[in-house]
Amino acid sequence: MNPVTQFAPTSLRRPAVADSGVNSKCLVRISGLEKIYQAKDGKHIHALQDINLDIQPAEFISIVGPSGCGKTTLLKILAGILQRSAGDVIMQGRSLSGPSRELGVVFQAPVLLPWRTVLQNVMVPVEIQRRDRTEFEARARQLIAMVGLSGFENKYPFELSGGMQQRVGICRALVHDPSFLLMDEPFGALDAMTRESMNEELQRIWSQSRKTILLVTHSIPEAVYLADRVVVMTPRPGRIVDIIPVELPRPRSLGMQTTAEFGRFVAGIRRHFTSAGTLDT
Amino acid sequence: MSADSKPHNRLAGDLLVSLTTFVIFIIGWEAAVRGLNISKIVLPPPSAVAIALWESLRGGELHWHVAVTLYEVLAGFLVGSIGGLALGFVIALSPPMERIFYPYVVAFQTIPKVAIAPIIVIWFGYGVASKVVITATIAFFPLLANTIIGLRAAPQDQVEMMVSYTASRWQVFRMVRLLQALPYIFVGLDVAIVLSVIGAIVGEFVGAKAGLGYLILQKNFNFDMAGTFAILIILSAIGVGLHGLIGIAQRRIVFWMDMAGERVVGA
Repeated sequence: MNPVTQFAPTSLRRPAVADSGVNSKCLVRISGLEKIYQAKDGKHIHALQDINLDIQPAEFISIVGPSGCGKTTLLKILAGILQRSAGDVIMQGRSLSGPSRELGVVFQAPVLLPWRTVLQNVMVPVEIQRRDRTEFEARARQLIAMVGLSGFENKYPFELSGGMQQRVGICRALVHDPSFLLMDEPFGALDAMTRESMNEELQRIWSQSRKTILLVTHSIPEAVYLADRVVVMTPRPGRIVDIIPVELPRPRSLGMQTTAEFGRFVAGIRRHFTSAGTLDT
Repeated sequence: MSADSKPHNRLAGDLLVSLTTFVIFIIGWEAAVRGLNISKIVLPPPSAVAIALWESLRGGELHWHVAVTLYEVLAGFLVGSIGGLALGFVIALSPPMERIFYPYVVAFQTIPKVAIAPIIVIWFGYGVASKVVITATIAFFPLLANTIIGLRAAPQDQVEMMVSYTASRWQVFRMVRLLQALPYIFVGLDVAIVLSVIGAIVGEFVGAKAGLGYLILQKNFNFDMAGTFAILIILSAIGVGLHGLIGIAQRRIVFWMDMAGERVVGA
């Protein structure tokens, strides 16, 4: 990780607050966010350009876009593990400067520690943040049961399938009851059937716990099915081209995906990629 | 899935093949020595080696020499690997330390230990101490190199996962880096223990009053080829045994590596 601290010209930055109107309720305010990587040959790669996004508490936001559009970069910046080149991220009234205890992150790969059992892996955030072990262990067991892994608490990651490992990763992101969940293509490695049931599960978790969720995904139907708003990004440079509110009633059923209304949202998003010729999913 | 693909059956099969090879090799050796009428000063037949081995094991003298060499091997291994481990931690955790120390360490490593063994014998005498020192200098480097590589082996995504949950540098070290280093450290221990046997023998060759290396020289002076071969067998048994002990410890402590491998084989 070699953050380039070179700032983009200020002319590129948009005055953040004026545009969207002051909203004191918003949980995260991303304004004029830029990320520039320096490639090995010295060229600058504009991974993120002028990202502006307000996220409301308990909102479910999906980010869709083809590979290389900076989705993961944006997520890592929000997680506090990657430095931004310019712009600002205000999280709960304060400028983001590092990882937060209020955050849960689900990664593309499960990223489990192979020497820890399922339960011990789920407890990693609790241990790091020195929270009460007995209290959170009960919660960890509940989460493990919720994702259908009862009886696997004392198994090691190498004894689980890829899909099961990913579900352990989701439990780990939820165990310390964070108010803000960042998910980077969490279901990408799962088979279609597991993926659908995980989508339903995620919707249920979200509607019960009222967490704020930012989901990065390749799948347009998944994005529409889950989100209040779908953020559409395109690559080179990575920027937001559209933000589409999904006005479908909740709770949504998987059957809803075949309705004409659902199809209109999907088509409206897909249009951005087919016109730009960047669709790779 | 046929029964043959079960791990323990495959193991038994491998054992059978290597045993058969061994028996054929021994018979061929015996036949060659007898058939070609080779002098037993040049190459003793396996039967003579077996007799010499039996007699050395029966006589009390050998046990003392085995004990001396084993002590040198283990003490040198312990001192050298603890030293390598400690310096490895210091270097891996502090880049300035690496710039200051590592060039000297590499320079030291390029000197053949056999070449400095006579100096060490002069400094530390003909007794056990000089052999422990020589062995320690040989066991040192595998641990040092593997500890440094191991402590840097933690995958970036695991570190990022830890940091995203607000882990401190120390927590990342304790909960990830240290454990990721263990497989590498065991590779270092395994290399070091085998080298330690060589180190002790080299030390004894230069000048000693006891030990298996000393005994080999004695037998050689007396043209007792069968006796020399018998000691070589004992030496390799010591090496194989110590390597096996490290292997057992490794499978118990770094259990997740072995299991992951098993999974690939079984898949």
